[in-house]
Amino acid sequence: MTLLAAPAVLVIVALVVIPVGWLAAQSIYDNGFTLEHYRRIFTEEVYWRSFALTFRIALMVTFLTLLLGYPVAYAAAHAKRPWNVLILACVMLPFWTSVLVRAYAWLVLLQRTGVANQLLERFGLITEPLAMVHNELGTVIATVHILLPFMVLPLYSTMQKIPRELMLAGASLGGGPLYSFLRIFLPLSLPGVVAGLTLVFVLTLGFYITPELLGGGRTVMISMVVSRNVELYAQWGAASAVGVVLLACVLMIFAAVGRIIPLDKMLGQK
Amino acid sequence: MAKSLSFRTACAAAGFSLAMLGSASAAEQIMFVSQGGAYQKAQTIAILDPSAKKLGITINQDSVPDAWPIMRSQVASGKPTWDVVDVATNFCLRGGEQGIVEKLDFSKIPNAAAMPAEYRSDWSVAYEFYSSVLGYNLKKFPDAASAPKTWADFWDVKKFPGRRSLRNHPLATLEAALMADGVAPDKLYPLDVERAFKKLEEIKPNITVWWTSGAQSAQLLNDGEVDMVMAWNGRISALAKEGAKVTYTYNQGILQSTSLCVLKGAPNLPTAIKFLNEAVDPVHQANLPLHIDYGPANPKAYDTKVISEARVKELPSAPENAKVQALMSYAWWTSPAGEAAEKRWLQFMQK
Repeated sequence: MTLLAAPAVLVIVALVVIPVGWLAAQSIYDNGFTLEHYRRIFTEEVYWRSFALTFRIALMVTFLTLLLGYPVAYAAAHAKRPWNVLILACVMLPFWTSVLVRAYAWLVLLQRTGVANQLLERFGLITEPLAMVHNELGTVIATVHILLPFMVLPLYSTMQKIPRELMLAGASLGGGPLYSFLRIFLPLSLPGVVAGLTLVFVLTLGFYITPELLGGGRTVMISMVVSRNVELYAQWGAASAVGVVLLACVLMIFAAVGRIIPLDKMLGQK
Repeated sequence: MAKSLSFRTACAAAGFSLAMLGSASAAEQIMFVSQGGAYQKAQTIAILDPSAKKLGITINQDSVPDAWPIMRSQVASGKPTWDVVDVATNFCLRGGEQGIVEKLDFSKIPNAAAMPAEYRSDWSVAYEFYSSVLGYNLKKFPDAASAPKTWADFWDVKKFPGRRSLRNHPLATLEAALMADGVAPDKLYPLDVERAFKKLEEIKPNITVWWTSGAQSAQLLNDGEVDMVMAWNGRISALAKEGAKVTYTYNQGILQSTSLCVLKGAPNLPTAIKFLNEAVDPVHQANLPLHIDYGPANPKAYDTKVISEARVKELPSAPENAKVQALMSYAWWTSPAGEAAEKRWLQFMQK
């Protein structure tokens, strides 16, 4: 059994553990041991502002994907054969398009002279074009769209496994649809909710393309600080220290979530 | 495009070295690195191929949009594979200070020695010029008399209403802010950083987008997302050539350059120096603007008669145009004050 996992472990070690370890080592080594790069992160305001912004955007994106994704997953789990496939296909289809292309598509849709503003103006709903892009809003909209499948899929896989009979049993005992949903379905779907929340939140923390293209330059998320540090200090250490701190945050989130729902259950429970 | 270019060059080089296996001594060669795209293609035709032919050497090419971190790691590794790098001049200077690029002996580079002193440094020689200029939409400002012409106009949101975009980078932007505040183009350095950021705070609410790539600055102006922009001259002239109703003025433009420098411990140092001299040869230099909207770095190129008079008027480094612009001081930007200003930029953007 363990032998079967060997190739996968080897790939992970070669492509993830070693490079990440090398980067982490760079962050504390520059012609000798140094904590200079970390001192900078913990004392300079710019890092804290970007960390705060990144976590705020990640929270917004996570909340919005749950709000949009839960009904979709619910519909997909309850629809009959061709329809559930169709719903999932609609979720997956954009997933196969490059993130860059989708970010540009949002730019075309949302910019001042874009489709959305033109339609709104034609219907007389607005007199001045809305600023929907080149700011935090544009970043959130595009990121939600890109990460939606990561919310819908774990939700769907959890919901599918909830026995229908439980809802029927609830109804037979006199529970209304809303009551049965809140007391039976919702609690049973929670592992999927937590898995989706965690995946989307963690992925948003490292997002680069959407804030870069749709953030108007003001939306400086932490990944952009990493790339700025490469240019500014020309030392991998200055950039990797930021990455190490972000990685530590992510691991802490996983550890915290893992206390509520074990990781194996979250990612592929029976 | 850059990739296919370097791939082709690599194939050519491989074929070449195979052919040379039989002979006693391999021909001299260097690895030249630039930024790829249409720009590298233009130099290949105008400068690299003719230089290789004249010197009888092979010029292998590589391209990377952001060479600086790689320059550092190549030299740190102790075995650099690059010889000559074409990079924004500040990186050559910073490289010189940090021991990453070779100090140049200008007695071996007579073409460069004849160039104005402010176009070279101990470690670098200017290669080509571009300018950060004020560009605007002709539909919004159809009348030349009432169009924005100075940075003070750009800052004047009452007299020139409209949406604006500046580059998300302090270089050239701080210079523009100071000119908007009344500093003369030839009295900019050392920059009064405090004053520049104060002036930028003033225009900040009226900046729709802080652009990060040259392509983005062109797209913003072309799509009507903004009415005026500080952008690189080549980007706006390319739009105009495609028929977009946009134009720009060289007045108060910030004249910037990329320079050639040689990596410390370059594998083919003597050949690299020979190439440096050839690259700034007035005739090769004069050929560059025939293929792309950048100006030659060697002013003698304008005496070669290679460039037509109409073309000269369009080039950022032409004497008539250079006169009305500010020449960027890369020495200031690589000084501690300049580096502090660069670090301060993010703080300004986040507030």
